[in-house]
Amino acid sequence: MSATATAEVRLPAATPAPELGEAERDYRRLMRKWWFGAAVGVPTMFLSYPWLFPLLGDWLPRDSERLRVLWAVMGVAALAVLVYSGSQFFAGAWLALRHRQANMHTLIAMGTGVAWLYSTVAVVYPGIIPESASREVYYDVTVVVTALVVLGLALEVKARGRSSEAIKKLIGLQPKTARVIRDGRELDVPVEDVLAGDELQVRPGEKVPVDGVVVAGASALDESMITGESIPVAKTVGDEVIGATMNTTGAFRMRATKVGADTALAQIVRLVEDAQSSKVPVQRLVDLVSGYFTPAVLILAIVGFVVWFDFGPAPALTYAIIVAVTTLIIACPCALGMATPMSLTTGVGKGAENGILIRSGDALQVASKLDAVVLDKTGTITWGKPLLTDALVSDEVLRLAAAVERASEHPLAAAIVAGAEERGLELPEVENFEAIPGHGVRATVEGHALLLGNLRLLEREGIDASALTADWERLADEGKTPMYAALDGSAAGLIAVADTVKDDSVDAIRRLKALGLEVAMITGDNRRTADAIARLVGVDRVLAEVLPEEKANEVKKLQLEGKRVGMVGDGINDAPALTQADVGFAIGTGTDVAIEAADVTLISGSLRGVVTAIEISQATMRNVWQNLAGAFAYNGLGLPIALGVLYPLVGLLLSPLMAAAAMSFSSLTVISNANRLRRWRPEEV
Amino acid sequence: MDPSQLLVTLAGAVAIAVVVWFFWLKQAAGVRAVLGSSGFQEATILVKGAYSPDTIVAERGKPIRLTFLRDESTPCSETVSFDALGRTARLPEGKRVAVELAPTEPGTYGFACQMGMYHGKLVVE
Repeated sequence: MSATATAEVRLPAATPAPELGEAERDYRRLMRKWWFGAAVGVPTMFLSYPWLFPLLGDWLPRDSERLRVLWAVMGVAALAVLVYSGSQFFAGAWLALRHRQANMHTLIAMGTGVAWLYSTVAVVYPGIIPESASREVYYDVTVVVTALVVLGLALEVKARGRSSEAIKKLIGLQPKTARVIRDGRELDVPVEDVLAGDELQVRPGEKVPVDGVVVAGASALDESMITGESIPVAKTVGDEVIGATMNTTGAFRMRATKVGADTALAQIVRLVEDAQSSKVPVQRLVDLVSGYFTPAVLILAIVGFVVWFDFGPAPALTYAIIVAVTTLIIACPCALGMATPMSLTTGVGKGAENGILIRSGDALQVASKLDAVVLDKTGTITWGKPLLTDALVSDEVLRLAAAVERASEHPLAAAIVAGAEERGLELPEVENFEAIPGHGVRATVEGHALLLGNLRLLEREGIDASALTADWERLADEGKTPMYAALDGSAAGLIAVADTVKDDSVDAIRRLKALGLEVAMITGDNRRTADAIARLVGVDRVLAEVLPEEKANEVKKLQLEGKRVGMVGDGINDAPALTQADVGFAIGTGTDVAIEAADVTLISGSLRGVVTAIEISQATMRNVWQNLAGAFAYNGLGLPIALGVLYPLVGLLLSPLMAAAAMSFSSLTVISNANRLRRWRPEEV
Repeated sequence: MDPSQLLVTLAGAVAIAVVVWFFWLKQAAGVRAVLGSSGFQEATILVKGAYSPDTIVAERGKPIRLTFLRDESTPCSETVSFDALGRTARLPEGKRVAVELAPTEPGTYGFACQMGMYHGKLVVE
């Protein structure tokens, strides 16, 4: 590159563009242009070929002076249409031409411009045109093509607005005001004025203004707009609340933790916008084609003109002009260019509506063709916190056992205490508490000697527990942790705790398998517990006793088997495995939605989100392929027909008016097909 | 073939040659990014019907900041993406948007709108 300059380009002063109604203004402007073109177009169509109409033909015979004068008037009217309705084509073509580029504007401007110029020469200097039959005007082509393409653009603006509806809905969720408590008084302030640390009051039926933590009161929140989960979520002191979610019937006070651009909603909007403006990898093929497309169409139009002029039937010039203009008009680089972005915008938006944030077109394309999914067990398939699942003891023994466990620091102990409290049992004070490492605990409660622990603990005390062995085995096989309880020197039963499976995990895994995916579970748990959970939820493969730092390696091993692997886990602990996977799904991230390692973030904690994410990706990619096939087929068939290949066979030659209608229709078809995705709904469980 | 056909054929051949040369072969004069006080090599690009300028020349080893200003409402040019560098940016109408890049290898990096209608090049020497 030799010719370089250091000149700074002069830019017009930056003015903030009004966001709202921009599309509506564009639509109205284009519709005004369309109506003007249509109004001029109707008489122009009649008067271009008056001899086709009985009375008109008598009044305006061919080669009459009267017709020539009328055509001259039409020429001026057609010029007005070009200037008013078609100005954007000429301006766009000129701007592109200055940068040695050609686009749709170039083709339309050339097509309509050539038709107008030829017609004007035919009117003003008819002698130049050798064959008298070719001394016709094509002002109808100029006017009607311009009008039709403008109408197509107007409808496109409308349809495009619908495809980006999701992001508008998201932005619209943001509440306008918040009720801040300052100096003990409640003040309504614009939400932008809320600072992190402010205390806010949220009344029944109001939206939560920003992200925060409940500090007083309780309520249930409808979080469906953010997480896609339709069931309201109970919130009490200490719980996290997400801005823009809807409070139902309770009232509560919250402390703002994230405001402005840091809120979950702001992050979601940013992620969705970025993803919508990214590219699906298949687009690279389109980019390659579209780089050559428009100049190639220009060349085809020239070739068509020459071939029809040299070898076509008489009047050769007329046919040559029609073929060249039709070729320019029918080519639709727009349909090609829009094929993937329109579907991507709609698909990513659809994800956001369902609480699924797909980071890029790349992630979307890969997610649509995964072979295997690895699910982290704890927190993904299961809730990630142990619960009391089985109490094969009397309520009295459970009450006493829970009382003993309250004194213990063991993580499983809390599950027993919570389980007993849920059953409404009052827990008494304990005496002589003793934790026996590797065995369990012992204490005296209300005068009773209570033991809780493993078999070795009972054996140590000489207590026979053989009657409980079968139950113990069964519970252990179910992946639970059973504990023996003994009261006053004899076995009293078993208490089991387990990390329970989330309600919809089984169904989600069944649906993943129905999608043709191999489903694997990865966990640090021992083989027995892992196998038990795996049997319960129905996964194909179990990767047990895997240390956290080895998870990425396990994903890699699957990839070495030639599989495209998705990894589902929490965004922080599983980050290396999520990064290693072809697609990383971060699950249940609440207000912290911008997980760097994740290609897909599932805002709700449900595994169903993975199914929905994969289904959306597949639906979007199907849509992309349909659009691409349609756009390539349209241009692949339309261009040869416009060039007249069917003329020698069946005598068919396309008129430029048909070409304009087809061209507008093809763009609209792509957009309408992409908009079909908006009707996509995840299957209800 | 009569003289008019010969003339039209010749004119057609010349027109095709012009199209090929003009759109595909002619090398663009680039605009050199200017090293600013921030340490970035900077250039501004107007987005209106095309990228203006559409070829930016920069030196290897120093970060590059390209500021885009989209002065049109057509949705075609709403985003710009540097495929080879993995960067994408939304260009709201009337707002300046800076895209910072640090290509490590010399070469020509293309950028384009999402629909592939507008094309530009970043040449790293």
